[in-house]
Amino acid sequence: MSALSMNGNKKLKEIIMLLRHTPKEIKERKSLTVNPAKTCQPIGAMYAALGIHGCMPHSHGSQGCYAYHRSTLTRHYKEPVMAASSSFTEGASVFGGQSNLLQAINNIFTIYEPDIIAVHTTCLSETIGDDIPQILGKARADNKIPEGKFVIHANTPSYVGTHVTGFANMTKAMVDYFAISNGHKEPKINIIPGWVEPSDMHEIKRIAAELEAPIVMFPDTENILNGPQTGKYEMFPKGGVTIDELVSAGSSQGTIALGGLASGSSARALDSKCKVPCEILDLPIGIKATDRFVDTLRKMAGVNVPDTITTERGQLIDIVTDMQAYLYHKKVALVGDPDQLISLTEFLVSIDMMPIHILTGTKDKNFEKRIEKITADVPHEVNIASGKDMMLYHQWVKNDPVDLLMGNTYVKYIARDEDIPFIRFGFPILDRIGHSYFPIVCYRGGMRILEKILEALMDRIDRDSTEIAFDLVM
Amino acid sequence: METSVKKYEEFEEKILNADDFIKPEKVKEEILSKYPPKVARKKSKQIIANRKDTENKHLEIQANVRTIPGIISQRGCCYAGCKGVVMGPTRDIINLTHGPIGCGFYSWLTRRNQTDPSTTPDGHNFMPYCFSTDMQEREIIFGGEKKLKEAIQEAYDIFKPKMISVFATCPVGLIGDDVHSVTKEMEEKLGITIFGFSCEGYKGVSQSAGHHVANNGLFQHVIGQDNTVKEGDYKINLLGEYNIGGDAFEIERVLTKCGITIISTFSGNSSVDFFANSHTADLNLIMCHRSINYVAEMMEKKYGIPWFKINFLSAGGMSRSLRKIAQYYGDQKLIDRVEEVIAEEMPPVIEAQNEVRPRLEGKLAMMFVGGSRAHHYQEMFREMGMIPFCAGYEFAHRDDYEGRRVLPNLKVDADSRNIEELFIEKDAERYNPRISEKELEEMKKNGIKLRDYEGMMNEMSDGTIVIDDISQFETETLVNTYRPAVFCAGIKEKYTIQKFGIPMKQLHSYDTGGPYAGYRGAINFYHEIDRMVNSKIWEHLKAPWEKSPELAAKYAFE
Repeated sequence: MSALSMNGNKKLKEIIMLLRHTPKEIKERKSLTVNPAKTCQPIGAMYAALGIHGCMPHSHGSQGCYAYHRSTLTRHYKEPVMAASSSFTEGASVFGGQSNLLQAINNIFTIYEPDIIAVHTTCLSETIGDDIPQILGKARADNKIPEGKFVIHANTPSYVGTHVTGFANMTKAMVDYFAISNGHKEPKINIIPGWVEPSDMHEIKRIAAELEAPIVMFPDTENILNGPQTGKYEMFPKGGVTIDELVSAGSSQGTIALGGLASGSSARALDSKCKVPCEILDLPIGIKATDRFVDTLRKMAGVNVPDTITTERGQLIDIVTDMQAYLYHKKVALVGDPDQLISLTEFLVSIDMMPIHILTGTKDKNFEKRIEKITADVPHEVNIASGKDMMLYHQWVKNDPVDLLMGNTYVKYIARDEDIPFIRFGFPILDRIGHSYFPIVCYRGGMRILEKILEALMDRIDRDSTEIAFDLVM
Repeated sequence: METSVKKYEEFEEKILNADDFIKPEKVKEEILSKYPPKVARKKSKQIIANRKDTENKHLEIQANVRTIPGIISQRGCCYAGCKGVVMGPTRDIINLTHGPIGCGFYSWLTRRNQTDPSTTPDGHNFMPYCFSTDMQEREIIFGGEKKLKEAIQEAYDIFKPKMISVFATCPVGLIGDDVHSVTKEMEEKLGITIFGFSCEGYKGVSQSAGHHVANNGLFQHVIGQDNTVKEGDYKINLLGEYNIGGDAFEIERVLTKCGITIISTFSGNSSVDFFANSHTADLNLIMCHRSINYVAEMMEKKYGIPWFKINFLSAGGMSRSLRKIAQYYGDQKLIDRVEEVIAEEMPPVIEAQNEVRPRLEGKLAMMFVGGSRAHHYQEMFREMGMIPFCAGYEFAHRDDYEGRRVLPNLKVDADSRNIEELFIEKDAERYNPRISEKELEEMKKNGIKLRDYEGMMNEMSDGTIVIDDISQFETETLVNTYRPAVFCAGIKEKYTIQKFGIPMKQLHSYDTGGPYAGYRGAINFYHEIDRMVNSKIWEHLKAPWEKSPELAAKYAFE
């Protein structure tokens, strides 16, 4: 049996392509999606729900959904991901899933004893029109929900929006179900961190702590999806926002929503429901977006920015001044989710790099406008698309090659075929660790991104250098 | 085929029946007491303390029934069994998912069914691709057939594939999209084979329904398209082998060494070209009985190709299977050759077994996997001196547990009734029974059983535990009670088990390892289990201050 070999042998490399069927010529596709740059709502709802302490996410649909969502999240985090399912069969699909959901609620509270169950729907339950609030009302009336415990829900049909939409909808459900105003403005700020890693949530909390600004963060997956190995398994780890904290969010003096698509709707809901004023900011990735975040937080909380934070910022700037030669005008192709890409594009432009292909699978006009504005001064033609797929991204790269690729693990096939340095960024990352332990947000996160970019670019210089030009000091 | 359990029974039963070994009946009681009454009644039939009685070898188990809502099972859906398991490994079909984006996305490259495109002339390989119609709300409301038609046209225009298959997802059946009429229309228009699968996720109760749907589709649309008879002796098809981590490559190496010709593999490292003339083989060998028994039965009915069960996992299984194939053909040349190959392959295997045994002997193993491996891996553990004392399938049926002898008594329940059972007739020109009924009876008398599978429970010792469709709660209870040396299941269990401080081997995906089939695979597996169980990391779980937390303090004046 001949094994595919790509090591070293350049000639073989030319023949054996992983994505061999992708033509360079771009033909418009109206109906066929190839290699998606997005996935469906329910997985986002599951991830958000895991950010509540003692919460069992519940998938109201066919059991294939939760099996796939748990598998993907587990591969990304290399952690246990718990969720339950209504396990629809054909009968339930015809007559409705009420019985399944009632059974599930009873079984989950009896066997697994969470504090709260967070139900999200799937294309199946949405298509047949199951009325979740009505079913939950019946569960309450039938005493299937123990005293002091809760069941919340979000509608997350998989044929609307993307995984980010699902995350936003479940996060908003936390507000809809719990946030109450006690009539005062307590001295704390709500921070809705957006779809970021537990490490990023930790970093944002750390910044707030350094500023001595009390905050409530939701959802919060730190110590849920990046927990330690202790030799003891706990189904409901110690992290996550508590229900009391969610209730108290209605009495905070303000909300900062990070990432418009993931967090905007929740912040606006807090405003209309509890009169908590909000600021919707970009994800704090990179110098300028982090500046805006820190500045907004300090003004909202009425605190000063300590020297330690200013120093961190200075370190990030220092790296750029030191290594500018390696970054200047390097062309980058990005694929991912709108919130992340807006900030990342801004960051790369601000350090003189050239993001020239920027694509997201989520359809979003606002994204396209923002990116156009951010890249207006880039001295190169820039391709921007929302609601498109990775095959198009690959074809863009074939037609106008770049120095660096950034995206989720699926980009590695493109990186190998086109022999371009590649950095994993976004979701899902299924083949490397680090993202759940080390941040990409705020100043230290910016330093980490730069470390990865420079390592990739400089490794490539070393790899391709002639004997003569091979440098010791770089 | 002589079962392997006899060799190990005495050793295992001594440990399992010892006074200090917690009895299965006790654990079962503990588990059931936590469940609501209705759940306990149902689960009681799925958790079996495997004890022999005087007449039957083992007890009855309930399997392939509806999953209990909220129980947290390992199971997936019909679509996964159809597209992910059976059709996915075929590299040169464009597998187009008709549905919202998720189904296609989550099954994109997430299964380690390896493929080598260099063995087909055109070198087509669509496996790194994900094709979907990405249904939106508009399609749910107004129907998606138009979009599906366009998508098929676009796929054909850009990629020029030999074949396109379309997979229906949950909404499709509900909104009334007819994938079959669309594929038929496009097949006529484009002149290549295009067909659909009604594998909506809610059909059946697990992936198993999807296997059946896929087998039906392959049989109706692909098998038998090409009558070319290849050169070679002892022409076989290898059914139910998905080439995870390269298993099929290793099996092929050994079979080829014996002079046996593989016409096609269903469906690891497969191409439609190979499926199309699989009906020209003389014998079907089945690895995974659950997922592919349907094709085997249908090929026998239509073409007269007999089948029997083999097991290429474990050195013992491999050798017995090779000898069974040789005995079946009755050809002295093959019989002798097989003995030569076994004699050549075994020494490094024995060496590896002896190397790891001191570190693994007497240790407990648990395995809850799919519909075949929970059985077939047991001998591999036994060869290392370990005890497979707890096992179960995720989506298998009663015949996989108790043996095919229970088939006549099985009643198809409401959930599975809608999975089509094809009515097969002898092919007018190509039906050619490779072996007469008389010869079959002779073989049976000599211990070579065709059309049969003994099932898993038959090969497990007295005092073992068998659980169908194990739940998260049952998993936790078993692990807490027995603290096995290794627990085997899938990705969703991987990190849960590791958090217990217990090594976990994925037997669906093999983690990143393999092959584990055949002789070289067995050596790999022994070393892999040795690595996992005896890794130093398990010694580092507690920090010094956690082990001896003496108070450390200072007086205020110091």
